[in-house]
Amino acid sequence: MENCEACGTPEQAEKLKAVIEESKSTPGCLMHILQEAQGIYGFLPMSVQKTIAEGLGISLSEVYGVVTFYSQFSLKPKGKHRISVCLGTACYVKGSDKILSEIEKELGISCGECTADGLFSIDSCRCVGACGLAPVMMIGEEVYGKLTPESVKGILDKYRKEENV
Amino acid sequence: MQAKMVNLKINNISVSVPEGTTILEAARKAHIEIPTLCYLKDVSCVGSCRMCLVEATGARGLVAACVYPVSEGMEVRTNTEKCRQSRKMTLELILSKHKKKCLSCERNHNCELQKLSLGYSVDEDRFKGEDFVLPIDTSTPYVVRDNDKCINCMRCVAACRKQNVNAIGPIGRGFHVHIGSAFDMPLSESVCVGCGQCIVACPVGALSENSTIENVWKALSDPTKQVVFFTAPSVRATLGEAFDMPVGTNVEGKMVAAIRRLGPEHVFNMDVTADLTIMEEASELINRIKTGKPMPMFTSCCPAWIKFVEQRHPEMIPHLSSCKSPQQMFGALLKSYWCEKNGIDPKNLYVVSVIPCTAKKYECTREEMKDDVDAAITTRELARMIKTAGIKFAELPDEDFDNPFATATGGGTIFGATGGVMEAALRTAAHMLDGSFEVLDFFAVRGTSPIKEATYLVAGNTIRVAVASGLANAETIIEQIESGEKKYDFVEIMACPGGCVNGGGQPTLSDSVRNNVELKESRAKALYTSDTKNDLRRSSDSPVMDVIYNDYFGFPNSHKAHEILHTSYHADKRI
Repeated sequence: MENCEACGTPEQAEKLKAVIEESKSTPGCLMHILQEAQGIYGFLPMSVQKTIAEGLGISLSEVYGVVTFYSQFSLKPKGKHRISVCLGTACYVKGSDKILSEIEKELGISCGECTADGLFSIDSCRCVGACGLAPVMMIGEEVYGKLTPESVKGILDKYRKEENV
Repeated sequence: MQAKMVNLKINNISVSVPEGTTILEAARKAHIEIPTLCYLKDVSCVGSCRMCLVEATGARGLVAACVYPVSEGMEVRTNTEKCRQSRKMTLELILSKHKKKCLSCERNHNCELQKLSLGYSVDEDRFKGEDFVLPIDTSTPYVVRDNDKCINCMRCVAACRKQNVNAIGPIGRGFHVHIGSAFDMPLSESVCVGCGQCIVACPVGALSENSTIENVWKALSDPTKQVVFFTAPSVRATLGEAFDMPVGTNVEGKMVAAIRRLGPEHVFNMDVTADLTIMEEASELINRIKTGKPMPMFTSCCPAWIKFVEQRHPEMIPHLSSCKSPQQMFGALLKSYWCEKNGIDPKNLYVVSVIPCTAKKYECTREEMKDDVDAAITTRELARMIKTAGIKFAELPDEDFDNPFATATGGGTIFGATGGVMEAALRTAAHMLDGSFEVLDFFAVRGTSPIKEATYLVAGNTIRVAVASGLANAETIIEQIESGEKKYDFVEIMACPGGCVNGGGQPTLSDSVRNNVELKESRAKALYTSDTKNDLRRSSDSPVMDVIYNDYFGFPNSHKAHEILHTSYHADKRI
């Protein structure tokens, strides 16, 4: 995964360039460009941040400061299936921390990391607006509610099966 | 149009100030100082540290005096129990994660946090913050960053932004926020140019120069070494501040006496090689004018400016004068001419340069000229050595520099202020072009305006000049030249606002001084006064120059001069 710096495709580079060109004259466009860039690459490696800094004529330090301020931005690559465990108040009191530990144990990685095969990454979030289903997690755009530690493996297996792992 | 005046009372004292004035500024009028940490005049004003909280009528709760504007009839109280308790708590919270290694801290006795902690009787151990130790960045020869002492006041970040260098910024969020370069890379790999403006902006000991004092002490006690010191023009205008003398006191005589008492073989005057720089640079300028080489020519005495060009505008390298800076010229002159003349093996000569600058610490390690100067120490480091050696600075007699490098012209002296190199160069270049040109005062290039311009007609040549200090202004000049908007023949750039008198190696003054004096102007005045009093004002009139050229180099820009006194630059583009 360390080599992901270099794994950007020419298409991705082209897309990023277009986003920068389109927004660079708008004041305060950095946030928007970073969001788009993360959409294109899945995360924000140094090479991408350098391209953005150069394109906007601002320093890398400024870009990096914004990236590290907002938890929505990631410096590490994300998996194909992005798991997001809610640690908001309602989910937390319903034991979502135990759900998170179970996922970490099952995948052998910590929150904020990505599996070696690039299939899963784990993050935590604060409330997805489905408190009635607490504890909740999202995988991609899919919401899973009323979770128990025991139910975790079955859900992950569904994705593994799709990928024939 | 005259600004509308607003009347208010601060601690029951009536003051009248222009509309839009902040409470902090208004309080100054009432001779009241409100404590600050994140505020620094001309550099930073964000209202984030909450030290300057005061009570003001019409406001809910306490307000930050540094950003809160006054209003008609307002009554402000700056020292109530409520204010004091709030400030005390703020200090105790700051101290909860501050590395309290005060005894050996460079800023001990000169620390804003320490001063306020004493004033507000804080308990420095009241709160125990989460323990996390951040690595100390010693990757550069110019700045050391110890983030465990940092209070996140952001003054260094503001100073770096003001320079338009933007090498550092806040990283992360909340309790874990810290100041550093992008991706936490070592400063040496960042776009930092080493100007050191961050150091003089820091209220605590989080930033300091990478000190080489210990090497100098070692050399001084090594019987096989012959140690020589020389001091840059602006050091005499600031060293006194480290000994509680008023800003702008010229302490040349005491400075020489103090260094002599540290025990070197000789104490020389760097103004001499400032004159030598002018001889070489003025000749180069005339040569460029006559041969149509890339114009304008930029001065090259400021190593932070050189690094800035190499990293951000490598396309401008052909415009840089090839002259070494006065520091490097002096080192090279001592290791060649001086050693040959006195039968000294250059290996046994230990050259110490005292400079107002942190970038010069980097300059003397540059591959092209790393043998010229053995140690470059800042004004602050010299002051520390003098204090450690038990030398009673204020009681010293005035003494003179050692010959043969004692006598310099006023042109050399004013190198320490923005516009000084330009004026010195014009004095000599104009005289070289037209022997009857006698003007010595070029007022248009003096003063602390960010960018100064002038046009002179000399011997049929129109010379268009510009002077900028502060790298943000240098950036503006480059943009104007590249776009074709402006045309110049000769441009002087100093990285630090105001030039070397306001360098990153100068004494760090407490906020209560810095926020209340015109630092750049007062220090520069000491140099211009010395220039006016000097019988010799044009570098080419210096008898020392006659000796150096007759004895050794032949004439300015000769082959030998090029070999020893000139250098080259290389592109090192960084983002």
